[in-house]
Parts: sequence; structure tokens; C-alpha cells
Amino acid sequence: MKLNLKIWRQKNSNDKGHYEAHSVEATGDMSFLEMMDVLNEQLINDKKEPVAFEHDCREGICGSCNMVINGQPHGPQSGTTTCQLHMRHFKDGDDIVIEPARAAAFPVIKDLVVDRSSFDDIIQAGGYISVNTGQAPDGNSIPIEKDMAMQAFDAATCIGCGACVAACPNGSAMLFTSAKVAHLGLLPQGKVEHTRRVQSMVATMDKEGFGMCSNIGACEAECPKGISIENIAMLNRSYIASVFGGQK
Amino acid sequence: MKWIINFLFSSIGKKIIMSLTGLFLISFLPVHLLGNFQLMAGDGGEAFNTYAYFMTNNPLIKFTSYGLYFFILLHAVQGIMIAIKNKSAKGSNYKVSTYKNKTWASNNMAFLGILIFAFLCIHMGDFWFKMKFTSQIAMIDTYPGYEGIGVKDLYTRVAAAFSQLWIVIVYLIGLLALGFHLVHGFSSAFQTLGLNHKKYTPLIKGLGYAYSVLIPLGFAIIPIWMYFK
Ligand code: HEM
Ligand code: SF4
Ligand code: FES
Repeated sequence: MKLNLKIWRQKNSNDKGHYEAHSVEATGDMSFLEMMDVLNEQLINDKKEPVAFEHDCREGICGSCNMVINGQPHGPQSGTTTCQLHMRHFKDGDDIVIEPARAAAFPVIKDLVVDRSSFDDIIQAGGYISVNTGQAPDGNSIPIEKDMAMQAFDAATCIGCGACVAACPNGSAMLFTSAKVAHLGLLPQGKVEHTRRVQSMVATMDKEGFGMCSNIGACEAECPKGISIENIAMLNRSYIASVFGGQK
Repeated sequence: MKWIINFLFSSIGKKIIMSLTGLFLISFLPVHLLGNFQLMAGDGGEAFNTYAYFMTNNPLIKFTSYGLYFFILLHAVQGIMIAIKNKSAKGSNYKVSTYKNKTWASNNMAFLGILIFAFLCIHMGDFWFKMKFTSQIAMIDTYPGYEGIGVKDLYTRVAAAFSQLWIVIVYLIGLLALGFHLVHGFSSAFQTLGLNHKKYTPLIKGLGYAYSVLIPLGFAIIPIWMYFK
């Protein structure tokens, strides 16, 4: 199939950037990134600068491949990362507009690559457990209610891709932050530092310049891992409790 | 005390202020509406004027009303500031944008709020301000037992306003904006407070839709009824 691409090109963070048109031949069993590889080979053969885009695992688990395809982070297939999106979801002659994630806290580094170190800063502010919890414990040695474990696990599937920020009209990182807070705070090992974690992750999120949550829900609609905004409600609850609760 | 400042200026704290002030306004509107229904009592305004007199002179209600004015202003100023911050946090926009789940109302809360605020200025200027700070509204003491108390005839002023078509239309626009603001705002306020659960969220959403249709509709009936009377 022949595809007409319109791709965002930007030399560096100071460049204003523009859209560039290319056409590419793809087959249905290629992934979206493989289609981009074909385009880049073509560009290299023509002695042109290939399109910079991020990728690593190509199996939907690392979260580096988010790009905005026809207005949708990770493209039109719901619950799917760009690397797992296949070209059979497109038709011959389709126009595809490819843009980087846009948010003030995610400045473009080059073409489709954005700087997501603001996410790293949020994680560094509390997305961990301070003590070494050792080897994987024997099953059932720490009692965890099944529903709680499932809820924590659902939140833990967040791959930090930033599609939620890209999808949000306010460039808010609430879905990501809430997923991390829920994942750690619901389990006994993470509960100990829950209050402090919530305070410092929210403070860092604010400092990085992300927007506030207007409860629109665009994030959960685009999240490739189906993280629900119920987590955001939980973050808000935890934040209120952390402010008015026990610790000084 | 630093903790409370940190809270009030944090992103979540700011939203919680929006939510609590919004919910306060939501709880005020049905009371206001029930009072206003007395405009349609068909008694030449006696019931309504008595109610208006009570509302402007009862100390408890006076106190609450200052809270109300403060909360409206806080909600409005905070809302505009949030909208400005959110716009700049997005920065540039997409060439193709879909923004799934984004409803017109949820994306235009600040615009709708400004419409509501403009409406409130007209509304308060015409009735509340004239009643409290000018002598444009005549005293009435023809009701039996009201001699010398100084009840103002707000009813006549309201009836005069609602005999003009343009004022009725301004009211309908204001109420339409309110309805849309609340279609998103009502359930959003609960989510902001962290209240989201499969058990009761559908109920909150349902209540929110009912409220945002019925309350503005209730308010709208009054000017329409008075215009055609
Ligand atoms: C006076 C003019 C008003 C302005 C400028 C205004 C502005 C706003 C804005 C910008 C938001 C969205 C905040 C966000 O996206 O995070 C909002 C939310 C809200 N507004 Fe208003 N508003 C006004 C009046 C009202 C009135 C009269 C009511 C109720 C009767 C109300 C109830 C609400 C509620 C419940 C929310 C949801 C809060 C949340 O998301 O947590 N607003 N308002
Ligand atoms: S919440 Fe979803 S969209 Fe956001 S970073 Fe995690 S996986 Fe990506
Ligand atoms: S490349 Fe790792 S999730 Fe797509």
C-alpha cells in the first residue's frame, strides 16, 4: 500500500519546525515503526536526514515509541503502542500526519523525539521503595487482598510512554503520576512511604510545568495500557489525606 | 502554616478549591430557585417580596451571602487562572487533533464561566444592587401587617425587567451557559475530590445530568412565564 505521510521535522529544540511530505510503500504486516524504517532507508538513500523517532523494545513494554498519529498518541488502535500498531489498520492511499507529543514539559529534541526527563524527575521524587525488599518473597507470605493486588498490578502496567500527557489538552501528567502512586501505594511494601511519596511526586509534577487535570478523560482513552482515571481520583484522595493527615 | 499555603497553591489544591466552591454554588442554586418560584405565586408579589425581605435582613442569611459572593469570585478568578496555566502547559497544538472524550463543555469551562460571570453582573446589578444601594425600588406597605417595616417592592422591578424581551433572552443565554458548565462540572467536582467508584460514580453522573437540565430549566421558566403573563 502507498501512504502519504506528513511528518513533523524539527532540527533541534530551538528550531521552529515544519511539516514535510513523504510517500512510502508499506505492507499490512509491517509495524508502524517498520514503516518508518522503510521511510528512513529511503531518505538515507536519497542522502537526506532520516526522521528521528524513539524506540527500543518494539514489543509494547518500554514506552519509548509514543508519537501522535493522525491526532492520536500511539495511533488509532486502542490499547496498542506505536510499535505494536500494524499497517493493516491503514488503507492504500491513506494520509497520515505524524507529530511529536506536545506539551510544554515535553520539549521537542528532534523531529518526533521529545525530552521526557520530566517523567524521570517525577519518578526520582518518589516512584520507588527506599528499603531493599530482597528476593521475591514466598507466595502468600505477605497477605495481600486479591482485588488490591489486581488494582496495583493494573496501575503497574504503565510504561511511562507519555501518551497521557500528549493526549491531554492541558498537558497534564496526572494519569502517569497517579498510576505510579497507585501501583506502589496499594501494596504493603510501598504503603509505608505513601504519604511522603504522594507529596513529593505531586510537588515535582507541578514544578516540571505540567497542567492541571480538568477531568476530561482523554488520557485514559489514549493510554496504551488502559490506565483508568480512577487512579487520578485515588491520587487526589491520597493527596488530601497527605495534607490533612497524621504526619507533620 | 507553610503546609496550608503549599496545599492551596499546589495543582491538586487549586482544583479542590474549584470543586468545593463549585459544589457550594451547586447547593445554593436549588434554594435560590425555590425562592424565585414565588414570583409565579400570582399574588401581585406579596410572597416574593416577603421572601426577598427575609433574605436581605436575616443575619444568618446575610452572613452566608457574603460567603457566597466570596466563593463566586474565588471560583471565577481561580478558574480563569487555571485555564491560562493549562493553555500554556500544552504549548503548541497538533495539526490534527482528536482529543478523545473531550466534550465541548469540558473544553470550554472558562468560556462558559465568563458567560456566567457576565450574566451574574447584569443580574446582580439590576436587582441586588438596585435593591441594596439605591432608592430606585419603592417601599411597599400596603400588605396587611407590613406597615412601617420597609419592605421593598422588588417584585415590580423584576416584573418590569422580564417584560422586556432582550432581558429575557440574556437570562436564557446565561442559563444555557450554566447548564453546559454543570454538565461537565457536576461530576468533575466529585472526581477532583477523589470520589470515583464503580458503585456510585454512575449515580453522580446521572444526578449531574438531571441537575444541569432541571435547575437551569426551572430558572428559565420564570422569566418566560412573566414575559407572557
Ligand atoms: C462566575 C463565573 C464562573 C467561572 C469564571 C467559572 C470557571 C470555571 C472553570 C474555568 C472551571 C474548570 C476548572 C478546570 O478545568 O479545572 C470550573 C469548574 C467548575 N465550576 Fe465554574 N465557573 C463559574 C461559575 C460557576 C457556577 C455558578 C457554578 C455552579 C453553580 C460552577 C460550578 C463549577 C463546578 C462544579 C466545577 C467543577 C470543578 C472541578 O472540576 O473539580 N461554576 N468553573
Ligand atoms: S498512564 Fe498510560 S499513557 Fe500515561 S505514561 Fe503510563 S502507559 Fe503511557
Ligand atoms: S518501542 Fe518499546 S513500547 Fe514501543
